[in-house]
Amino acid sequence: MLNNPIAITIFRFILLVLVQVLIFNQLNFFGFINPMVYVLFFYWYPLRNNRPLFLLISFFLGFAIDLFSDTMALHSIAAVTLAYARPLLMRFCFGANYEFQGFTFKSTTQLQRITFLLLLILLQHVVFFTLEILSFSHILLILKKILFTGIATLVLCVLLSSLFAREID
Amino acid sequence: MQRIINFILDYRNAFLYALLTFISLIITINSHSYHQSKYFNSSKWLTGSVYALSHSITSYFALRQENRLLHQENEQLRLQLFNSANLLTAELSNTELNYTVKRAQVIKNSYATPRNYITINKGKKDGIAQDMGVITSLGILGIVENTSAGYATVQSVLNTKSNINAKIKNSDYFGSLTWDSKKYDVVQLVDIPRSASLKVGDTITTGAMSSIFPENIPIGVIQEYTLNQNQSSYTINVSLFNDMTNIKNTYVIQNKDRKEILELQKETTDVE
Repeated sequence: MLNNPIAITIFRFILLVLVQVLIFNQLNFFGFINPMVYVLFFYWYPLRNNRPLFLLISFFLGFAIDLFSDTMALHSIAAVTLAYARPLLMRFCFGANYEFQGFTFKSTTQLQRITFLLLLILLQHVVFFTLEILSFSHILLILKKILFTGIATLVLCVLLSSLFAREID
Repeated sequence: MQRIINFILDYRNAFLYALLTFISLIITINSHSYHQSKYFNSSKWLTGSVYALSHSITSYFALRQENRLLHQENEQLRLQLFNSANLLTAELSNTELNYTVKRAQVIKNSYATPRNYITINKGKKDGIAQDMGVITSLGILGIVENTSAGYATVQSVLNTKSNINAKIKNSDYFGSLTWDSKKYDVVQLVDIPRSASLKVGDTITTGAMSSIFPENIPIGVIQEYTLNQNQSSYTINVSLFNDMTNIKNTYVIQNKDRKEILELQKETTDVE
């Protein structure tokens, strides 16, 4: 039913926002770990895309999550930064040939994909928590949050991405 | 001109990125100085109704426990009622009461970020307005920050911007209640003068200086205290009575005299 890429993207957008705000923002594992699984949006988004549109969609994704979690526009900044840095990260993880026509996610190794996901998560967490706390005297708190939330996010994202893996990509 | 346009078109992604980041930063910085973003918050129609829907489903799972809590509270209130003879004989008329209380339920709670906000399911049409105090049966919770028609967001005591007048019970030493964002069950009471005698386990309540909360609403007990750097006042770690991770039924307090108090204070300071 869902083979139209636009429909899939819209469906993912709504579902990821709801899953993030209704489940993962309420998780509070160990009192402070709230995994940010919406990073998967940037992992799943088609490889070849219209970049300005992608930036705008990312902004609205972050903004939607901000509205729900009263974080002003912190998720928006993190999401836009991710969208902007995505081609750079892809070139780093998949090599220069990711720009060729025949390139698909299927032709990459598992390790490459997890590295890509890890870098996305790391970048998102660094931007988000630095801006959220915004204080050098709390640098240890920032690092602690980045590390533990990052691990939780990575585990959940790997699980979710293999659970909802698609045949064609 | 042509070259400028070409330059912008070449770098349109970078420009778009800069623009979007700029917009986000403006929203963030504006709300830093202005408590919370006035237009973008979870008390609004769409976000509020999604949380209300999710609350209406999940609230069933905690019904038994909530019933027990409310039962306990009723018991306590009845105890107070039967033991205060003058209350029974005094004419209770609504017009003479200073404070009115409205009940509300939490539909969204957070405590893991440095600036936590709670969303409750009562708003403007129930008479909730900015700067009303919110408490539970155990102690204080926060202050109403923004309202929409049916919902309101509450700045939790677990918010680095929160600043509530508090004192040590049965004395009149007062200070400000703040939060250092480290533990969700410990808040800090600062500016208690050195002359105050403190003991671990003493109760901290709201002070009389606030026009938001009535006096003597419980907050927590002293966990530890240290003199601050210039040795003139204490910084006290207060362990909260409220379990901030588990809140459902709350009461919103309106002080009918607040307007009068604020006007009087403003007049006094304007003269100076």
